[in-house]
This record gives sequence, structure tokens and C-alpha cells, in this order.
Amino acid sequence: MKDVDDKFLKNLDRTVPLREELRPRKVTTPDGQEIEIEPLKDYFCEAAPKVHAKSYFPIVEDFYNWARANSLWILGFGTGCGAIEMRPLMTPRFDAYRYGIQWRPTPRQSNLLMISGYLSVKTLKRAIRAYEQMQGPKYVVGLGSCTINGGMYWDSYNTIKRLDQYLPVDLYIAGCMPRPEALLAGFMELKKLIKAGKCEGANKYAENFATYKANQKSVIKDWDMPDYNW
Amino acid sequence: MRDIHALLKQRHRLGPLEPRKGGLAFVTVPRENLRGLLLELRDTHGFTHLVLLTAVDWMEDGLFQLTYMLNNRGRDLTLGIRVMIDREEAQGDTIHDMWPTAATYQRELKEMFGIDFPGSPRLDEEFILEGWTDLPPYRRDFDSLAYSQQTYAERPGRVTHDPREYMKSKLYPDGV
Repeated sequence: MKDVDDKFLKNLDRTVPLREELRPRKVTTPDGQEIEIEPLKDYFCEAAPKVHAKSYFPIVEDFYNWARANSLWILGFGTGCGAIEMRPLMTPRFDAYRYGIQWRPTPRQSNLLMISGYLSVKTLKRAIRAYEQMQGPKYVVGLGSCTINGGMYWDSYNTIKRLDQYLPVDLYIAGCMPRPEALLAGFMELKKLIKAGKCEGANKYAENFATYKANQKSVIKDWDMPDYNW
Repeated sequence: MRDIHALLKQRHRLGPLEPRKGGLAFVTVPRENLRGLLLELRDTHGFTHLVLLTAVDWMEDGLFQLTYMLNNRGRDLTLGIRVMIDREEAQGDTIHDMWPTAATYQRELKEMFGIDFPGSPRLDEEFILEGWTDLPPYRRDFDSLAYSQQTYAERPGRVTHDPREYMKSKLYPDGV
């Protein structure tokens, strides 16, 4: 780009060492045995996510999709200013609950991850963990221009610009920030997509797992979690 | 403010007082006199509140400016004390024993400007950034835009228009 001083080059040599408590090492147990531990592998299962096959009969799959579309449970994970735009949806004025949409406190209970604004690298790490802990079928919606192309954080040193490089996004809702009405319209659009069987984000994530991991690790320098383990 | 400045000028080798609006004023002090000045202001002259500690990067002069803002609530006075330190071996003197909050500011300055404060608690822990491998990002020789373009993938299609030319071409497509 013409407005960039290309004399400045990013430092590519330095790497972040793994935290000491996560390194493989030998420990002595209370009864005197010496065992080798590797914290990142011992406590978690290493299996990569699997593609969830569609039902053999299309009519059964359609029924599943109809059911999925009517219970969208959102993980209450707020990043950026979009978290504030979601609050009015819970209240009687917009009342998203009448569409079967509700907010849940933990990833295990929800199937829709709303990335509601800019993601710094630090938050991206938590968002990835939250997404991977969610049970399939699961969907990701990106809110606002920050998740689409960086928005006003286009030249920030610590904010990602394209969410779909790191998580499989099923739907974007444009705006800065989108109003609650736009969010409701987005939910209706998401329901249509789910009913049409087009929200295959979780399968896409499983299929392109290596690419997604490579992208995630290229920005998260202190990768101190297992690759997929939840 | 002038009375305090006149009183302390000789002893702490203060620079000239630069009054701003209200009760705000700035003064420059050599680094070796900083600690004595802060102690005297806090204990004798009622500047008990450390409002903030921040830095300015004077890259062309090879200097960092540390600004200590002190507030005297009783007299509604705010004094900004400037200390110039070398940019190459950026090192300040910790004041966490005078104001414990200063330790947090010093951690931030260490991470964002790379200014060292020997003896300050938890100085080497990460403050906001995680796994940062480049220059401290608030230094002016760190190019945020270039770093962002080299690190984060961009979506093609983002364009910038000169507003004047763009409106002209929209409103008068024939060039009238």
C-alpha cells in the first residue's frame, strides 16, 4: 500500500517460550515414584474435531434443521461495543426470547457464538477456547464492521481484521454497531440459513482444521493451550 | 502554586513554572532530584494524590519524558512534573514505595514504551499484551499500520476515496 512506511519490518525472529508450568518435565510423586508429565497432553484429549455427517434421509435432516433453527442459544460472550446492543434484545422492548433465542452463561449450554465487535489477540484466544468448548451443531455470527474488515481498528497493532480467518463465520451483520433491529433481522436470516442446511460452520472448521489452527497460531504467539481438547 | 515553586526552585533545581488553565502547572526537574521533590511535595505541601504517571516519546531528541501528575485536593492544585530520560537506555526510578499505584503505571510503561524501573514489583509480568515479540508498541519508531498489515489478514475491497474528488465524480459524472 502506498501509505505504508515499508522501512518498518515486523520482528520475526523472537518466539515466546512456553510457560514453565506447561513444559514437559519429570516430577516425583508423594510416594516416591518419578513420572514424566506433559501438562498440555495429560489433562486433555487430543482428538481433532470430526465432521458431523448429515442424515441419510433428507427429510430427517430437514426436521433436524428446523429444530436447530428454533432453539438458538447464545453464549453471553461480549467483545467490543456489540455486547451493549445485545442487552436490549433481552428486554421486553425487542424480546428476542419469543423467537426461541436466549442467552446462556457457559459454552456447554449454547450453540451460537456472537462475536460482538473487535477482537484483540488476547480476546481471540478466549473466543477460540469458547468456540471449541461449545457442542455441535454450533454457529458463529460476526457483528459489525470490526469483524468483517477491521472497521475502525484497521491499523491497530493488536486487533484482528477478518474473523473468518480464525473461526468459521456463518453470518455477518453489518453496521457499526448494528442496532437491535438489525440483530433481529440477522437472527431471522440465520434461521433461514439453518433451515436451508447452509450453516455448516462447525463442519467447515473440522475439515479445514489445520488451516484454521495455522492462522490462529500465526497471531497468537503465546499458544499455551492444546490444539483441540474440549 | 508560585509560592511552592519559589520555595522549592533552588533546592530541587526546578525549571521554570509553566502555568496552564485553572490550578494546573508543569515543571521540569532533573532525574536525580525527582525523588526528593516528590517526597517533599507529598509530605510538606499536601500533594498526596498521584493522578497519573505517563511517558512521551521525543524520538528526534533521543529522550523519553516521564510526567508525574500530583494533586493537592485541599488547594485544588495539580502539578505535572516532567523528567527527561535517555531513550536508548530507558530507565526511570521507581516510586512504588511512595504511591503503590505507581507500580501499575510502571508496568504499563515497561510494556508499552520499554522503560525499565528497577525494583518495581511485578515489572516483567505481561500487563495488557500477551506474547508480544516486537518493539514496544507506543514507541514512535513502531509503525502500527505496517505491523498490522504484515500480521493480520485483510479482506480485499477496502478502498479510500478523497472526499472532494469522490463527491465531484458522483454529483457531476460528466465532469461539468
